[in-house]
Amino acid sequence: MTFRQGFKDGLAIGLGYLSVSFSFGIMAVSSGLTWWQALLISITNLTSAGQVAGVGIMSASGGLIEMAISQLIINMRYSLMAISLSQKTDKTMTVPARLFDSYFITDEIFGVACSQDQVGFRYMTGLSVLPVLGWTLGTFLGALSGNLLPQVVTASLAIGIYGMFIAIVLPVCKKSRTISIICVISVVMSVIFRYVPFLHAHVSSGFAIIICAVTAALIGVFIMPQDEEAQDG
Amino acid sequence: MDNKVFLPLLLVMAVTTYLIRMIPFTVFRRKIRSRRVKAFFDYIPYTVLSAMTFPAILYSTDSVISAAAGTVTAIILAYRGKSLLTVAIGTCVATFLVSLLLLLLL
Repeated sequence: MTFRQGFKDGLAIGLGYLSVSFSFGIMAVSSGLTWWQALLISITNLTSAGQVAGVGIMSASGGLIEMAISQLIINMRYSLMAISLSQKTDKTMTVPARLFDSYFITDEIFGVACSQDQVGFRYMTGLSVLPVLGWTLGTFLGALSGNLLPQVVTASLAIGIYGMFIAIVLPVCKKSRTISIICVISVVMSVIFRYVPFLHAHVSSGFAIIICAVTAALIGVFIMPQDEEAQDG
Repeated sequence: MDNKVFLPLLLVMAVTTYLIRMIPFTVFRRKIRSRRVKAFFDYIPYTVLSAMTFPAILYSTDSVISAAAGTVTAIILAYRGKSLLTVAIGTCVATFLVSLLLLLLL
């Protein structure tokens, strides 16, 4: 598997990332970040949900520990993907190669890489080029338009990333009863954290997300039917 | 945003996200066998996105009314199995139209 082949396989992911990160760029700027701060976040993190939560914590001037724990919980799935990808790697994936390529493990890059029989350093790196470019370019364009477009337009665009989140979750809920139940639990808890004045005043939004998500997922582990194959994340 | 607030948080965010990927990819190489542990990891992305979206989506625009219009549109399109991009665009368009309507009426 060559760098070239990987590069080509990354095109579709790169185009998809361009649009998602465009919404992120708009959302980041409307949360009070400058365009280059938004860009810096995208270049160093390469993850959607984690970055949206991160911007929320930044705009609330949240604590460093809160930031670390929220990223840990939200991005925990990458650990699982890393372990599973690691079983498909060939000899070219040396330790320095792993240190470099682990930065590129996202849901989509993992998905495409795992569809190969073996994953080498050159293929994995080639596969990641266009997604990284798409992700940073989209953020840049989104942040820039966030500054240039009138307020009524940017406010309408900032909601787009949440629309995408709904588009990720709902189809899976239709297929799995367990996942639909725990998503409802997570939403109900999140609504409680937002509207009960005592909780809203004392629990920051980052921690609230962590508590809701972990509790709901744990409930899912206990209520899941014996024969249900868990969905891929 | 003030860099005194931004930079330390960015550093923690980036380092945490990197370590979560790097440590398992470099150190652990065996498979997770426990069905329950595996299920927990599979569920987390969806419960995270759910908690992040609601009720925050309602406050992501200038008015709760336009945001609600976008939310309903997103739910309908997503339920019909439309692609991520289609849902996102539909959400934005519905929100924008209702925002314009509100501007004209109020």
